[in-house]
Amino acid sequence: MKFGVVVFPGSNCDRDMYDALKYDLGQNVSMLWHKDRDLSKFNTEDCIILPGGFSYGDYLRCGAIARFSPMMQSVIEFANAGGKVFGVCNGFQILCESHLLPGGLLRNANQQFVCKNVYITNDTEEVFKIPVAHGEGRYYADEKILDGLEANNQVIFYYCDEEGQITEKANPNGAMRNIAGICNASRNVFGMMPHPERACSAALGNTDGRAIITSLLMTAQLVS
Amino acid sequence: MTYTVQIKVMPLKELLDPQGKAVMGGLQNLGLNGVEDVRVGKNITLQVAADSPENAKAIAEEASKKLLSNPVMEYFEVSVN
Repeated sequence: MKFGVVVFPGSNCDRDMYDALKYDLGQNVSMLWHKDRDLSKFNTEDCIILPGGFSYGDYLRCGAIARFSPMMQSVIEFANAGGKVFGVCNGFQILCESHLLPGGLLRNANQQFVCKNVYITNDTEEVFKIPVAHGEGRYYADEKILDGLEANNQVIFYYCDEEGQITEKANPNGAMRNIAGICNASRNVFGMMPHPERACSAALGNTDGRAIITSLLMTAQLVS
Repeated sequence: MTYTVQIKVMPLKELLDPQGKAVMGGLQNLGLNGVEDVRVGKNITLQVAADSPENAKAIAEEASKKLLSNPVMEYFEVSVN
């Protein structure tokens, strides 16, 4: 399995993701430039990653302009052909703007950029401590879409407290139903606001992100 | 000819607008207590070459649907001058 990390103008977690995959997880990873279109060396077992940051300066809406970059046209085709695509933070916003994931990410309800460790959980009730850093992370979709996501187990992470309780207080941005991350119906496109790539190195004091990247992307255990 | 097209993009009425809330607080600090609600959106001006105002509007509407607004969170209104 190979990884490709797309670099947009304004991406700032692309190197974090590259380092986490290459040095902390020992994976085969390369960088992809937003003006290129060539994904021919990747097959559907591989994974394209849209990293965090402020692509195109967050102009107009977060992710709106990145969605029309040359590389994203290839990434959309790759996803529609069944290839794995994983978006973190701004990458999640780009996936929503690209209609690869339903809903959208709105300005945080408390009007503030939130930058701290949060706890997230999944349907196996494991709790992970992962940092968030975003101003527009309030996941929003209409009730019908939210019901569909939950009925199909497409919510991959909820914000929770340290004990794994999904409470309003543990919600850092006002996201509907405490949603921190989702996947598409065919389970090959994943997006989340928290940054697992910032929690993969013991030198950084937190390695909870390793389990997320390995199980989510390599074995899909978390979402099976 | 070239038409000037104004596009208003606003957060959907049912959504919380944190930016509007922050501006509302500022207005209250100014002592303007008569202001009951604030919502903040965008105004986008396009210069569109088209053979009629209807066609200029159609181009602007396509731009609004595909890029300038996101129907998940926003609505838009187009006017041709």
